[in-house]
Amino acid sequence: MIANLPFIAIALLIGIAFAIILLKKNMIKMVMGLGILESAVNLFLITIGYREDGIAPIFTNAPEGVNMVLPTVQALTLTNIVIGVAGTALMISMIMVIYKKYGTINSDKMRRLKE
Amino acid sequence: MSLILDNLPALLIAVPLLGAFLIPIIGRFLPKIRDAWIILVSFLSSMAAVLTAFTVYTKGTLVYVFGAAAGSGAAPIDSGGIPFRIIFTIDGFGAFMLLSAAIVSFAVVLYLVASQKERSGKSEFYALYLLLTAGIFGMVSTGDLFNFFVFLEINTLSGAALVSYHRKGGIAVEGALKYLIVNTVGGLMVLFSVGLLYAQYNSLNMAYIASQMTLTTLNIVALVLFITALAMKAGAVPFHFATPDAYSVAPSGITALMVVASQAGLYGLFRILFTVYGGVINTVTVGWVIIVIGILSMVIGVTMALPQKDIKRLLAYHAVSQTGYMLLGVGVAFAVLGDPAATAAFGQTAMEGGLFHIINHALYKGLLFLAVGAVIYRTGVWSLNKLGGLGHNMKWTMVFFLIGALAIAGIPPFNGFASKLMIYESVFAFNPALSIIAMVVSILTLASFMKVFHSVFMGPKLPEFENVKEVPKLMIAGMVILTIFVIGFGLMPDLVVDSIVTPAANALLNQGSYITAVLGGFL
Amino acid sequence: MIGDLLTGYGFWNPLIWIVVMATGLLFAWLIWRCGESDYDKGTEQTKPYLSGNDEPPKGDVHIRGGNMYWGFTHALKGYYDKLIPLHSGVVNDYLTWFIIGVIVIFVVVMVI
Repeated sequence: MIANLPFIAIALLIGIAFAIILLKKNMIKMVMGLGILESAVNLFLITIGYREDGIAPIFTNAPEGVNMVLPTVQALTLTNIVIGVAGTALMISMIMVIYKKYGTINSDKMRRLKE
Repeated sequence: MSLILDNLPALLIAVPLLGAFLIPIIGRFLPKIRDAWIILVSFLSSMAAVLTAFTVYTKGTLVYVFGAAAGSGAAPIDSGGIPFRIIFTIDGFGAFMLLSAAIVSFAVVLYLVASQKERSGKSEFYALYLLLTAGIFGMVSTGDLFNFFVFLEINTLSGAALVSYHRKGGIAVEGALKYLIVNTVGGLMVLFSVGLLYAQYNSLNMAYIASQMTLTTLNIVALVLFITALAMKAGAVPFHFATPDAYSVAPSGITALMVVASQAGLYGLFRILFTVYGGVINTVTVGWVIIVIGILSMVIGVTMALPQKDIKRLLAYHAVSQTGYMLLGVGVAFAVLGDPAATAAFGQTAMEGGLFHIINHALYKGLLFLAVGAVIYRTGVWSLNKLGGLGHNMKWTMVFFLIGALAIAGIPPFNGFASKLMIYESVFAFNPALSIIAMVVSILTLASFMKVFHSVFMGPKLPEFENVKEVPKLMIAGMVILTIFVIGFGLMPDLVVDSIVTPAANALLNQGSYITAVLGGFL
Repeated sequence: MIGDLLTGYGFWNPLIWIVVMATGLLFAWLIWRCGESDYDKGTEQTKPYLSGNDEPPKGDVHIRGGNMYWGFTHALKGYYDKLIPLHSGVVNDYLTWFIIGVIVIFVVVMVI
């Protein structure tokens, strides 16, 4: 049960993130929802690599006969964090321009491109 | 020289990236040579892509391992058959997509250099353009799932930044924001699926996962997330809503390249379906899912396009509709994958028709967007209710638009007819109703393009467009390159199908050849 | 160079099309040559004849793009009235369709 706790947390986070993205109309809140979704996927990637009682995956002066956690997923997570930062920065700068030009950041009113 | 030829797949990514990073410096200190530099770098990267494609066609599947000594395979002997470096695997299908990306990206650069002359922020624009080109080349060459995700995100970010470039009162930024949000969610779902696959098989290499794949619930969840996220990137119904928003407000040359980027997403979908999941899943069910998505895209795309009044939004809905043709052809081929007799009878032709349609669509849709962009460049108007009689002033643009419109409607002798004929005949053998729907959609496509052609180019010369001149020569040069390929592929379809499309179809239908090329018999 | 494209149930050869079109264009040119070649441009001889009425200004004669397929759009009004509001422009709806698509495809692939 304790070992499954991260997966339950991931399911809850993805549910909350999708609820925010689908229901909230303020664009800033939608960007926050995307941030929560990205954090959930990062947590999923790290949790995959965990081994019971594992140590950091460094071979220098490593004690004998101990499991190490997987290092590849840590690289994947770092890459994803960087991609997320770039995407969030781009989204927020676009929201700033839209606020300057339209005067609103409510997605119900930001509808000049429809049909 | 042999150093270049040995490391061609690395040059595919390195040349555009190096060019992109040097452009701001050149723009700051030597702005006069910036245009010449971007044309040179784009030409060199297209040449690298064409050379790579030729190497694949003459020598077979190309496996390039990053960072290994030359000649060692992806799976070193002492690893027990598990590959552990990032590899680029370019087989027939990857070479096919590289060719289409190379042709369209070079033609669009010629167009953009002329149409962006009076705009500001050109250094960053061209740098983002080269990043998008590098992203497309990488996405269709890679053999590693996480590398695919990284290139997918590069495409999304640079594509969204390019779409928002001319702000036009904020409307371009709105389209770009919707495109960015939708594609970021798609990218995160792809990463979730990659994580699921890694957790079970402890490897990110596509060939290794394909050789170990079994059918569990987690794998089906991963497959469903891949199909929906990559269909969202490609613009298939019911995930197509952001596509017309983004295509209609982008600068015209950028839209032509984003069509190629969407089809790279389609490449990813077919690679996952045929190569990674090929032998294990129930191909009839998933094939019918793809067919239904294709039919919905065709019908909804063309019926939404008919009442449009914005000229580029109309073209964007037609892009959604033509994606449906590709999904229909390849879906039929996937549905009969388990049945060798049906595959030999019509499955192979359906696959070839769908794949041939990919390169045809990139060519004629690029030509149409460039021609429409030329009209908007000279008149500044993009509503069909205000245009008219431009055929008197812009004769070359009218000819190119007519060629593109006849090609998309499937009129001989242009290339659209050849690929649509293959799709109609093979889908008719599978299920006649699907083929009839495809033909009706083709008629509606012709109808909507006749509407656009008449209302923009035909008619008397209107007084407000008296002084409209023809567009600069560089823009016409870009359109000429695409026209040569549209007419050439239409007049010699058997040559094109035999040399380019059949290797691609065979590479997808034989899952085993991909696996043995990478793992080298260490199965 | 220009050969047959085999589709498994028939074939298509662009050479046939080229021959037919060349013959058709030849006939069209022969007929065009039989027309009148001596007329004065810019005078009464080249203006359209509208039963003696004045020619309206050029902008009013041209049918605009938005009005062109009015009949088609009006005939399928029930279909279009449901379809066009779906393309609402609200980002939340786009992602709702994504979730619906994931759930439907998952149910189909698991059950069937």
